[in-house]
Amino acid sequence: MGGGVGVSTTSVLGGVVKRREDPALIRGTGLYVDDLQLPGMLHVAFVRSPYAHARVVSVDASDAEAMDGVRAVYTAGDVAHLGDLVAQVPVGKVRPLLAGDKVNHLGEAVAMVVADTRYGARDAADAVDVEYDPLDPVIDLKEAASDAALVHDDMESNVLLAWEGGPWGDEEGIAATQQTIADAKAQDDTVSVSIEAVNQRLLPMPMEPRSVVADWNVGYGRFTVHSSTQIAHALAGGIAQTFGLSLTDVRCIAPEVGGGFGCKLNVYNDEILVCFASQQLGRPVKFTETRRDAAGSTIHGRGWVATATITGTRDGQILGYELDGIADMGAYSQNFTVAIPFLGLFVGAGQYEFPTHWKVACVHTHTMTTDAYRGAGRPEAAYYLERAIDAFAREIGVDPADVRRKNFIPAEKFPGAATHIGFPMDTGDYETNLDALLETAGYEDLKAERDRMRAEGRLVGLGLATYVEVCGFGPSALVDLGFSWASYKIPSGFNGSGLVRVQADGTASVIIGTGPSGQGHQTTWAQIVSNQLGIPVENIRVSHGDTAESPLGIGTFGSRSAAVDGSATYEAANKVRSKAADLAAHLLEASADDIVFADGGAHVAGSPDQQVSWSDIATLAYQPHRLPEGMEGGLEAHAVFSPGNATWPFGSHLALVEVDGDTGDVKLLRYIAMDDCGNVINPMIVDGQIHGGLAQGIGQAMFEDGDYEADGNLLKWSFVEYPLPTSADLPSFELHRTVTPTDINPLGVKGIGEAGTIGSAQTVVNAVVDALSPLGVTHVDMPLRPKRVWAAIQAAKTNGSVS
Amino acid sequence: MHVSLTVNGQRAVTDVEPRTLLVHLLREELGLTGTHVGCDTSYCGACTVILDGKTVKSCTMLAVQAQGAEVTTIEGLAANGDLHPVQEGFWERHGLQCGFCTPGMIMSAVGLLSENGSPSEGEIRHGLEGNLCRCTGYHNIVRAVEYAAAKMRGEEPPAPEWEEGSA
Repeated sequence: MGGGVGVSTTSVLGGVVKRREDPALIRGTGLYVDDLQLPGMLHVAFVRSPYAHARVVSVDASDAEAMDGVRAVYTAGDVAHLGDLVAQVPVGKVRPLLAGDKVNHLGEAVAMVVADTRYGARDAADAVDVEYDPLDPVIDLKEAASDAALVHDDMESNVLLAWEGGPWGDEEGIAATQQTIADAKAQDDTVSVSIEAVNQRLLPMPMEPRSVVADWNVGYGRFTVHSSTQIAHALAGGIAQTFGLSLTDVRCIAPEVGGGFGCKLNVYNDEILVCFASQQLGRPVKFTETRRDAAGSTIHGRGWVATATITGTRDGQILGYELDGIADMGAYSQNFTVAIPFLGLFVGAGQYEFPTHWKVACVHTHTMTTDAYRGAGRPEAAYYLERAIDAFAREIGVDPADVRRKNFIPAEKFPGAATHIGFPMDTGDYETNLDALLETAGYEDLKAERDRMRAEGRLVGLGLATYVEVCGFGPSALVDLGFSWASYKIPSGFNGSGLVRVQADGTASVIIGTGPSGQGHQTTWAQIVSNQLGIPVENIRVSHGDTAESPLGIGTFGSRSAAVDGSATYEAANKVRSKAADLAAHLLEASADDIVFADGGAHVAGSPDQQVSWSDIATLAYQPHRLPEGMEGGLEAHAVFSPGNATWPFGSHLALVEVDGDTGDVKLLRYIAMDDCGNVINPMIVDGQIHGGLAQGIGQAMFEDGDYEADGNLLKWSFVEYPLPTSADLPSFELHRTVTPTDINPLGVKGIGEAGTIGSAQTVVNAVVDALSPLGVTHVDMPLRPKRVWAAIQAAKTNGSVS
Repeated sequence: MHVSLTVNGQRAVTDVEPRTLLVHLLREELGLTGTHVGCDTSYCGACTVILDGKTVKSCTMLAVQAQGAEVTTIEGLAANGDLHPVQEGFWERHGLQCGFCTPGMIMSAVGLLSENGSPSEGEIRHGLEGNLCRCTGYHNIVRAVEYAAAKMRGEEPPAPEWEEGSA
């Protein structure tokens, strides 16, 4: 598995190395934040709103405050001087730290209780008496977009903005594109097919609930904060900004982080509030979410409703694609909130070249904030596009693979082919990738098998979908578009950083600006440095996640770490190599140009018997009196990599499903993926990322539903009501890849964290709709739980029409 | 309340509030933080330990219910420091990513293999259904358990799905 199919592998590294982080994790000795116990540490529980929308009439904490072991109860007035929560893109209503006179979603924090014990804090939270005056909530997206009722009565509209293209920022161009599509629709020989679909809200649900421990040292005037965050530097900046401190007075440490998937890519109000409590009480303070907290008060993802329309001729030539949608931002903006659909806009037309008008309005509702959840805007965009293409293919009776192939951006337009909004992409070869998938999967045989099973009366379907992703963020010039992280006091570009130090014993310490939440940075980065220096992987230690020691980096998200921070580390390693060559040349009395690094040391080309070790080289570096005159001591280097573009991975996926016509139960029989993430550093880790990504996309397609009830209730408080896929729900996956290296970074890597998720939901739904198509079903909304599928089958049978 | 039990071969005697969950005794009183808490409803399995030979979710038991019991946590699984074949399988076959579900998943797999030494893929998948993982899609967890089962039978484990690399 995982071998290049039909193309040569050009990996710079490309070998499997067992993960360096695993020995601690499989022995239970990894340190997660909730494992931390500091002397005198206090515990926090929050009092949360049971209403989606209500006036807060009064908060009476007197009973709670009188309980044994309760140290403090804080409400909005206590923290008003700290302002609202920091936000990267503060469009719309930004979240207050604690709700004041109104609550605007279920689970919004109204008061914070601090007590000696975890259990005691929870007891006291239950004893805080809050009187609410319930108000009607705005939950439905279309209703919200109509402004029939306002979510925030001090705002003029629930609609914050709409992301629209056509040509990016060119209103005349957008109007011209709309006219082109209208003209195509008016032609006699074209058909238009529309589907209206819900891309339901999802709860990210990493297995580790978020946890934070803040420790204010009054003597130094400094915070030390451990948090399960994807963005340690941004958290430090956000705390510094909020409390008026310098960056040197806030040290944030992200130790082991038990999954993130985007939801730990926010600075949360609880992170700020435990800092406040620690400062007030002079004790370390811990908050660890319950799963209930995580469900209602950690950011959600997706939450769109949209209509997608394809117009084309009956031979499969697509002449226009339109998306008209509404995206749910929830009640408050947090980190990226309104920017998430913007990421979808970039890839709105996917791998294809046809006139596209794409518009998604961002609206407030009385629900939890939405923000980045694995894929973040791109799964939604790919879902609508690929569902609509399938619907069009079915309408005209052309094989869905042929329709896609006919409309691809041709390979010869790369590098630099333009997206529908005119943004240049790095590299791509879509037809080769699709053909490799179809050949590997045995597409024609699978179709024949499906048809044979269908003839037996079984509901069997094949689903195909392609995707292109934008990730590896990514152009450092994004700073100039307003993504500067200035509100986090770290006005960095979307650059990466790495520091490589060879120590006197010849081992290497690598300190990186980004940190993992399961992606295996300690292994991948060791491979990058090992590859450049020839120091064995086991002699390289990779550190991350401590802002006191790691160079500034903005975090692991958007499938960016290897492409950006990995490239920085590669360049830092090259600087060290260059200096080491000078040092080895001095030791071997040769020219640096003739030095070859091999076998854990260096020698002069042609004389491998006269080898100096890395320890010999480094020892010289740390004894400056032995160095040639003018050469600086030490053997370390830092590099910053500023990417000129994002990266644009792509792929195509195929699913085979069978639906039980009596129960509506969907069985995923086979899942075959052909992904292209450019060069591969560690195939084992890359495949693992795809596996997990697929499970989350398939989870959306088949199981997960985070939508609120019409009254604003969220009946998804546990894994019983919000079922993640279990081991019994999923098949083994069949993974393959093509390799089209990027030209925007020296490693040629594009990123793989989100691809599996971006490619998969529509693949499964296309397969299920294909399975039900003999009954006349053309659409079923996700998640495809048995009841919903059964209802679609019944409706089709009784009406003889579309569900 | 007074509770005494044996954890990883060591006797533990302590006083706890009657409502203290076993997982909190292990984590907060005994400092065995390898056992994790991932939910409030005994659903996710991150807290799985072996108690008197059976796998249990330690968040679903009161500490006092473990009076007199022998408990093995992830920290006690490696005998004399050598990895248990299931731990080895998870490392060899990339059966973990963030590692948070891993201790519970490993303990459940140990329990599964103690009852069925040659499980099919379907039996592994059903046997681990009570342990959630959000990272791996379970694919490599199944491979890890297949690896461990073969090792425990004294057989050569199935080859990995990736080409053995040179790096």
